[in-house]
Amino acid sequence: MTGQTSAGRSLVLTTAIAAGAVVFALPFYWLIIATTYPSRDIFAVPPHFLPGNAFLDNVRGLFADTMFGRSMLNSVVVAGTYTLLGLVVCTAAGYAFAKFEFRGRSVMFGVLLITLALPSQVTLVPLFRLMVWLGWLDTYQAIILPTLALPFGVFLMRQALGSVPDELLQAARVDGAGEFHLFARIVVPTVRPALAALAIFLFLAQWNAFVYPLVVLRTPDAYTVPVALATLQGVGTTDYGQLLAGTLLSMVPILILFLFLQRQFVAGILAGAVKQ
Amino acid sequence: MTVTTTKGSVDAVSPRALRVPDRRRRATAGYPRWTPYLFLLPAILLFAGFTVYPYVSALWLSLTTNRGGETTFAGLANYVRLLRDPLFYTALKNTFVILIVQVPVMLALAVLLAVAFNSVLLKARALWRTIYFVPIVMGLVAYGILFRALFSSQDGFVNQLLGAVGAGPIPWLANGFWAKMTIVIALTWHYTGQSAIIYLAQLQAIPVDLYEAAAADGAGAVQRFWNVTWPGLRPALVLTAILSTIGTLQLFDEPFVLTGGGPNNATLTVGMYLYTNGFRYFDFGYASAIGYALTLIIGAISLIQLRLTREKP
Repeated sequence: MTGQTSAGRSLVLTTAIAAGAVVFALPFYWLIIATTYPSRDIFAVPPHFLPGNAFLDNVRGLFADTMFGRSMLNSVVVAGTYTLLGLVVCTAAGYAFAKFEFRGRSVMFGVLLITLALPSQVTLVPLFRLMVWLGWLDTYQAIILPTLALPFGVFLMRQALGSVPDELLQAARVDGAGEFHLFARIVVPTVRPALAALAIFLFLAQWNAFVYPLVVLRTPDAYTVPVALATLQGVGTTDYGQLLAGTLLSMVPILILFLFLQRQFVAGILAGAVKQ
Repeated sequence: MTVTTTKGSVDAVSPRALRVPDRRRRATAGYPRWTPYLFLLPAILLFAGFTVYPYVSALWLSLTTNRGGETTFAGLANYVRLLRDPLFYTALKNTFVILIVQVPVMLALAVLLAVAFNSVLLKARALWRTIYFVPIVMGLVAYGILFRALFSSQDGFVNQLLGAVGAGPIPWLANGFWAKMTIVIALTWHYTGQSAIIYLAQLQAIPVDLYEAAAADGAGAVQRFWNVTWPGLRPALVLTAILSTIGTLQLFDEPFVLTGGGPNNATLTVGMYLYTNGFRYFDFGYASAIGYALTLIIGAISLIQLRLTREKP
C-alpha cells in the first residue's frame, strides 16, 4: 500500500475523493460555461473551458422567443401552492393517525401503505380521463390536487407527531382548548423540523414533476418548467444556448433552497429517498 | 400460565367495558368522537378521488378495448396481447439491463464514498460531501437535457475529453448498448451522492467502541470493514437496493429526454411504452394493462429481494 503513515494515507484518500468530485462537478461546470456561448459555439472543437459573454443574450432570447417566463411563473405558483396545501393535508392526516383512536384507522393506514408500493404510472390514463371529464386540462388544480394527500407525507408526519406527548394534549384539553386550536397552536409548532423537511420534499417533487404534467398540460401557456424544457428540446431547430440557459435557470429556486436550508434540505431528500 | 390467561382476559375485557357507556369513553379520550375524521377528511376525499379511483379505474380499463370510440369489455385480451408483444419484451429487457448494471454500480460507489466521508483521514469532508450530493438538486428533465448535450455526437464534450486521453470516440447515443450505458452513467451521477449520504448517516450510528474493540483484537482495516462496518450498513443497503430497483423499473423521464427511447427502441423502458400506448396511440386499455403488468413485476421483485435479504443472518 502507498504510505504507511496516516499523513500519506490521508493524502491518497483526499486526492482520490477530490478527483471523483471533479468528475461529478464537471457536468455542472460545462453547463455554466455552455450558457455563456451562442448556440453555434457551444459544441466547438476544442471545447471551451472559460466563460464567453453570451449569457445575457441567451437568457433574453429564451424569454423573448419562447414562453419560458410564463412556465417559470406557472411552476412557482403550482409548486408553491402544492407545498402549502400539501403540508396542511398531510400534517392533519398524520395527526389523526398518530394521536387518535378511531374506527377504520388500521384499514385506512394499510391502504395508504399499499399505494406507497404501487407504481404511480398506473394512474396516468385514469387521471387524464378524469381531468378531461372535469374540464381541467391545462389548469393549475389538475397538477396540484391529485398528489396532495401524499401517502409518504402522511406517513412522515405520523412518525413525527407520534413523539408529541399525550400529556401535552390532555393538559391543553383540560384547559379548554378547542381541537383545531390545539392542533394549530400547540401540536404543529413542536414538529417544525419535520415540516421543513416535508415542505422541501413537496416543493422539489412538484417543481421537477414531468410525466403527469406532460399528459394534462396541452398548451404552451400552461406548461410547467420541465414540460417547457422537454418541448424546447424536442423542437427540430433547438437553440442550445437558450435551452441550456433555461436548464440552468430551472435549478435556481432549488439551489437557493439548498444554500439557505441545507440541513432541512438534506433531511427532505433523505426522507424522500424512502419514497422513490 | 394461569397468570398470562388472567392478564389476557382482563386486557380483552377492559376496552369493551369502557366502550359501553359512551359518555365515559369521551371523558377518557377527552375529545369529540368525530375529531380524527375531521382531520382526515381532506386527505380521504383527495385520496379517494385521485388515487384509489384511478387505480381501480385502471384495473377496469385494462380489461376493456376501445373500438370506434366505444369501450367494450374484452376480458384478458390486453394481457394476452402483452404476453405476445415483442416490443413489450424489448422494453422489459432494456429496463432490466439498465437496472442490473446501474443499481449495483451505484450502491458500491455510494458505500465507498460513505466510508471515505466517515474517515478522519479525509480532509475538507464537508466540501466533498456537498459536491457529490448536489446532482440530486437537478430535476430529471434538466439533467436529461444536460447529459444529452454532453454525450451527443462524435465531437461532443465527453468524446472530446476521451479523445484528449487517446480514447473513443464512442457512439454514445447512436448505438443501442452505449445509449443504455449513457442512461446508467446519468442515473449514477444523479443518485450516488444521495445514497452515500444515507449510508453515511448509518455509519455514524455505529458505535466507535466496536471499531476499537475489533482493532484491539488485531483486526485489520479490511476485517474491520467486513465485521463492523458491513453489518451496520446492511439494513440501509437492503432498503436502498429495493427502492432503487422499484425506481428504476419505473424509469421514464431520463430515457424520454436523453435518448427518446432510441436508437431503434434500445432504451425504450416499460414506463415509456405505457406512455406511448396511452398518449400517442390513445390505447387506454393496453396502457393500463402495461401498468398493471409493471405493478405485478415490481411486487414480485420486491418480495424476492425481501426474502433473499432476510434469510442471511
